[in-house]
Amino acid sequence: MEFVLLIFLPILAAFFVPLLFKKIKGIHTGWFVLLVPIALFIYYLGFVTTTLDGGTAVSELRWIPSLGISFVSYIDGLSLLFTLLITGIGALVVLYSIFYLDKNREKLNNFYVYLLIFMSAMLGVVQSENLISLYLFWELTSISSFLLIGYWNTRDRSRFGALKSMMITVFGGFMMLGGFILLGIMGDTYSIRELIAGSSALVGQDFFTLALVLILLGAFTKSAQFPFHIWLPDAMEAPTPVSAYLHSATMVKAGLYLVARFTPIFAVSEVWVWLVTGIGLLTLFWGSLFAVKQTDLKAILAFSTVSQLGLIMSLLGASAVAYHTDDALFKFAAFAAIFHLINHAVFKGSLFMVAGIIDHETGTRDIRKLGGLMSIMPVSFTVAFIGSMSMAGLPPFGGFLSKEMFLQSMLALQHFELFNFATWGIVLPVVAWVASVFTFIYSFYFVFKTFTGKQKEKPLPHTPHEAPFGMLISPVILASLVVAIFFIPNVVGKWLVKPAVVAIQPDLYTQPSDVAVHVLAWHGIRSEELWMTIALIIVGFIMYLTMHKWQKLYDIQPEYVSLNALYDAVMTFSEKGMNGLSRFYMTGLIRTYLLYMFAFIISITTATLFIKKAFVVDMNSFAPVSVYGMMIAIILVIAVGMVIFAKTRLSAIIALGAVGYSVALFFVIFKAPDLALTQLVIETVSVALFLLAFKHLPALSNHGETKRTKLVNAIIAAGVGITVALVALSAHSQKLIPSISQYYKDTVATEAGGGNIVNVILVDYRGFDTLFEIAVLSIAGMGVLAMIKLRLSRKENTDENK
Amino acid sequence: MELIMAIVIGILFMAAVYLILSRSILKIIIGTGLLSHGAHLLILTMGGLGGIAPPVLADGVTDYADPLPQALILTAIVISFGVTAFILVLAYRTYAEHKTDNMNLMRGNDEHD
Repeated sequence: MEFVLLIFLPILAAFFVPLLFKKIKGIHTGWFVLLVPIALFIYYLGFVTTTLDGGTAVSELRWIPSLGISFVSYIDGLSLLFTLLITGIGALVVLYSIFYLDKNREKLNNFYVYLLIFMSAMLGVVQSENLISLYLFWELTSISSFLLIGYWNTRDRSRFGALKSMMITVFGGFMMLGGFILLGIMGDTYSIRELIAGSSALVGQDFFTLALVLILLGAFTKSAQFPFHIWLPDAMEAPTPVSAYLHSATMVKAGLYLVARFTPIFAVSEVWVWLVTGIGLLTLFWGSLFAVKQTDLKAILAFSTVSQLGLIMSLLGASAVAYHTDDALFKFAAFAAIFHLINHAVFKGSLFMVAGIIDHETGTRDIRKLGGLMSIMPVSFTVAFIGSMSMAGLPPFGGFLSKEMFLQSMLALQHFELFNFATWGIVLPVVAWVASVFTFIYSFYFVFKTFTGKQKEKPLPHTPHEAPFGMLISPVILASLVVAIFFIPNVVGKWLVKPAVVAIQPDLYTQPSDVAVHVLAWHGIRSEELWMTIALIIVGFIMYLTMHKWQKLYDIQPEYVSLNALYDAVMTFSEKGMNGLSRFYMTGLIRTYLLYMFAFIISITTATLFIKKAFVVDMNSFAPVSVYGMMIAIILVIAVGMVIFAKTRLSAIIALGAVGYSVALFFVIFKAPDLALTQLVIETVSVALFLLAFKHLPALSNHGETKRTKLVNAIIAAGVGITVALVALSAHSQKLIPSISQYYKDTVATEAGGGNIVNVILVDYRGFDTLFEIAVLSIAGMGVLAMIKLRLSRKENTDENK
Repeated sequence: MELIMAIVIGILFMAAVYLILSRSILKIIIGTGLLSHGAHLLILTMGGLGGIAPPVLADGVTDYADPLPQALILTAIVISFGVTAFILVLAYRTYAEHKTDNMNLMRGNDEHD
């Protein structure tokens, strides 16, 4: 079977969800949905044996072959790992949501449709081998995430959070598309495998660094890296199963996946190593620092997610160093990154579910109102304890192992002697250590402030009690995994991590068994990272105990100098700024718009004329000046002056008539008898028309025009006049080809049997012009008639908007 | 002669634009009239003012004026006449409805955006 089609299975299933929801009222719709991720999980488990030996599986569905765009499902260690996370945690989350969302009160049809779309999109992101289809699925995750965050769309904060995440991730998505297209241009293919194979030819090309930065922007916005992390805490307005699934375990790791996937292409670049490592560490530090400030359980977890994503990101950056040196010290950063990625997905999922349980059973998530829940909710407490301790990096939980490897990698970086790491490298372990201390503090803060101590005097919205059994299944399974990973890290390493590492660093290894990393819980008494861990436990514990004293320090930072305030300011500024700009130039006055047009005509035309050196006057081609011509020109100019300076309507019309008759005289002396005739007749009729109409119109008036506006008008008018004159002169002086009129003159008698060349052109050679000129006249006549006869009453004629 | 014609055309355009930029609807219509005169003369001048005889076949004449611009102008004259007639009636109706010929007062408001 073409397993690429399985990517679309969730979307296909989504079509049946509304039907099931409407028709089968007795059973929670989630039970049907649950089958999809379970089936997919079991199916994809079958690939583990393939990737174990470094094998891959490819399945292609051609979409737009002529442009090289197709859906290609490519399964190697990395994409399989993500696929299993998506389907596995997806199944647990669906199970959890069955008990979390009430089937009578919630719009489950919407919820599960969005969730299934998201699942498809996410599978597509991690399995896509084609850049364009990867981008397609990438944006689909943004859209489905937007829908899920705004699931309770009657709440203001949900809509705000949804919009914010949409703006930031779609911004990054667009940047990423730019990077993809640049890569496609450089490598002449959209296939990632082919790009990796030809990556050596890409280095040093013009767009290489630009493509690198653009793709990183996409990864950083999606994975909530500094300073784009601000959308993640606001996305916590989503239902908790969504937060657990999208905003801790899967979608936010899409950026990490992207970085890991493109490491073989970009790792040779210094910019890549520094950006990924640096931003990752900064995010780690920033997220952990601000997690302690939060009072909402989910906000603590959101900042903790940001921080942990930064940790994994920095490890991926460090893994790129392995492309520059053979030192074995740098080789296991990639292993550590993937290992922690698994760890984080597992424990963060369980922690979110616990936060959801607390919210569900007590009615609040505010940590200041909670306390002493340990004896009431023992199972939730155990799960939360295991998850938090793993997050803090304590034995005997999975997080301890990844924390050790993380510190080891950061310590190793200072020995790296390229890209100035020898000078600045010392900063990295220090920042990592401080961030780990804060991680320790917020982990303790999260679990102990909620579950230990005394219950608060103020009663909680609901009487707290343990969650129903069904809601506890998923978190308990995840918590058991957290413990299991600690005891069997090398099994996990062999089956899942090492194949993924080979995908990240294909140049270094040929098959997974070459990855010489053996995870040890005990590194010996002399190892640096052990002492760092002990020190951070001591410092962290002291700081946790004295927390009530220094937590107030966070209040020093005023609200208006935060990144959120910056985002808000940018949004308001762009809206108000654009509004103001439109109001500034769109005055509603026709004169203003005409001024813009004329000013642009003048500047563009004259600039072109002189820049392109097109202004040439060839006096020799001119016809001789005739006395009559001079006289008529003088009369015409005088008449024009009279039109402008006329005080009454009548003199203006007569002067206009004088202009028309002088034009007719020009036609006479320039040998155009038909024109002269027409002009005389039409000028007469026009003057009559003017006289007729002006009887009903008011007297000429300036309507209070100031000298200033008149001056501006005069300047623009002079500009247009001069421009036209210059264009006329130079156009006449440079005729590139002779006129086609010689043909008309030669054939008018033989072909058309006429003598008046102008008339024969009008009705014979170019009769179509005449046909439609007649049409214009008839339409004008009908228009005049309609305007005079047709009177819709004012009331019926009002605006449709009203 | 073309130089003089170019100046005349320039003056016609200048006057036309000046009137079109004014606030009175009447002046705008007069301005469009001047503008079409300018355009017609421009076409004629661009075709060249040479040629001894008008473009009507006659024995012994070989140097006719260029007939094509003349045909074009003839079409243009008729069309501009139709349009002028139309906007004259339009102005008449506008004045009848709004009791003003001041363009500054005919700018709509926010509800009409």
